[in-house]
Amino acid sequence: MIDPAASSAPQGGELVRRHRWPTRLWHWTNAVTLLVMLMSGLMIFNAHPRLYWGEYGANYDKAWLKVGSARSGGGEQGYIEIAGHRWDTTGTLGLWTDADGKVQRRAFPYWATIPSRYSLAIGRIWHLAFAWVLAAGLLLYLAWSLVAGHIRRDIHITRAEWRPSHLWHDIREHARLRFPTGASALRYSVLQKLAYAGVLFGLLPMMILTGLAMSPGTDAWAPLVTEVFGGRQSARSVHFICAWGLVGFFVLHIVMVVLAGPLNEVRSMVTGWYRLPRERRP
Amino acid sequence: MTLIVSRRGLIRAGAAGAGSLLLPGCDRLFDNATFRETLESGENLHRVTQRVLGRNALAREYREADMSPAFRANGSREVTDPAYRQHLAQGFANWSLMLGGLVEHPLTLSLQALRDLPQRRQITRHDCVEGWSAIGQWQGPRLGLLLDMARLRPEARYLVFHCADLYHGRPYYESIDLVDAFHPQTILAWAMNGKPLEEAHGAPLRLRVERQLGYKHAKFVARIEAVASLEGIHGGKGGYWEDNGAYAWYAGI
Repeated sequence: MIDPAASSAPQGGELVRRHRWPTRLWHWTNAVTLLVMLMSGLMIFNAHPRLYWGEYGANYDKAWLKVGSARSGGGEQGYIEIAGHRWDTTGTLGLWTDADGKVQRRAFPYWATIPSRYSLAIGRIWHLAFAWVLAAGLLLYLAWSLVAGHIRRDIHITRAEWRPSHLWHDIREHARLRFPTGASALRYSVLQKLAYAGVLFGLLPMMILTGLAMSPGTDAWAPLVTEVFGGRQSARSVHFICAWGLVGFFVLHIVMVVLAGPLNEVRSMVTGWYRLPRERRP
Repeated sequence: MTLIVSRRGLIRAGAAGAGSLLLPGCDRLFDNATFRETLESGENLHRVTQRVLGRNALAREYREADMSPAFRANGSREVTDPAYRQHLAQGFANWSLMLGGLVEHPLTLSLQALRDLPQRRQITRHDCVEGWSAIGQWQGPRLGLLLDMARLRPEARYLVFHCADLYHGRPYYESIDLVDAFHPQTILAWAMNGKPLEEAHGAPLRLRVERQLGYKHAKFVARIEAVASLEGIHGGKGGYWEDNGAYAWYAGI
């Protein structure tokens, strides 16, 4: 049977316009910016690899997370300690060998930081310059999304989508790797919407706010930014946790892109054109 | 010879392989003068933004109950200079601070004279560039008061703080502009947590410039110099860490 309504809607196999240019530009700017922010941020963390809760926190105070190295028996091990539990991370965290074969006792290894040799000052130069790109990009993109209807049309989660039965259905479809086909692939599923909204309105603004909260200059004219997080050291902890939240999003994002067809997905984010997946044969 | 490939070894080799492509790229990019200067110009954007949004804003002050139980000391914890050691042994009774450069009336003030001036006491948070923070109480005269006494000449734009310590063999110094110099919380602290400053914290006198990071808070201050430009002073970038470590002169971020 042929559904007459279906003939006007785009069908599986057709090339369609998917991402508009602001989305594509912001996506790739962010890809570079967030990688630089993460790696230079890990360098900054290396200068004091401990995290605290509250307003103050230094070596004499209780850290909830700590990366370091310690003698154990005849040797030495690198470790990460979270809430009193210690894990051996020799080779990766706290104790590792650099590109020249020299043993280093910094937290994150050279291949994860910018610059690759320890320099807090240069890490800060990268981090604080790219912070402007991140903040300006997010602000412009949010403004465009609002005005151009991207949020209302593509991200807004409808009442029907919030229904537990719909959410559960979408989770099951994802778990079975049954992705939408044909015209319905043009719309984000509710899990996609939740992921993108979580990054757009949750993680990225949190990164910027907690970053500002750590600045002694900003703290003077906008003390509320620091106070809402319960103090500067809490803000530093939340900054670190949200950074790994973004890494988690990135990993999930890459997995989904690979499963959904990487060439088609990357093309749509570069050129805007996307080939709708063909309908599954019954 | 046996060749055993461990999982950890493989992961490390893979990461190192990826790293060896990407990282030297970033490191090399940073060696490019134009690229580096572009990134470093972010500092000007920070300074201007902070000045526009909070030129006269006060740093937060805390209650005694909020203070750190122990206040970490950083940088030079001891001064080797024999004259300094003698002053320390004498409780700085014969020590004096000099304030000169582009001023109408150069000053020489004993520690007692500094204590006899109107005092400001503040409990503030000290933020180190490394990431840690400590809350402590500081007391001393406002720098602005001393500058009013000495009468700055119109061409003076910066205050340079020359310190008694050498850090890794080089004299420590710092500088601030007039916005921070006349800020009501910018004081020359001789007391910390209700006691005269300890050597590790910069006895007998430490600059407190509360809206900037710890390395701006010069310890062991011996001489203050008003200047029109930072060029020609040591490395010319306005401070020890600015000269020797690529750290930003404006440290409000």
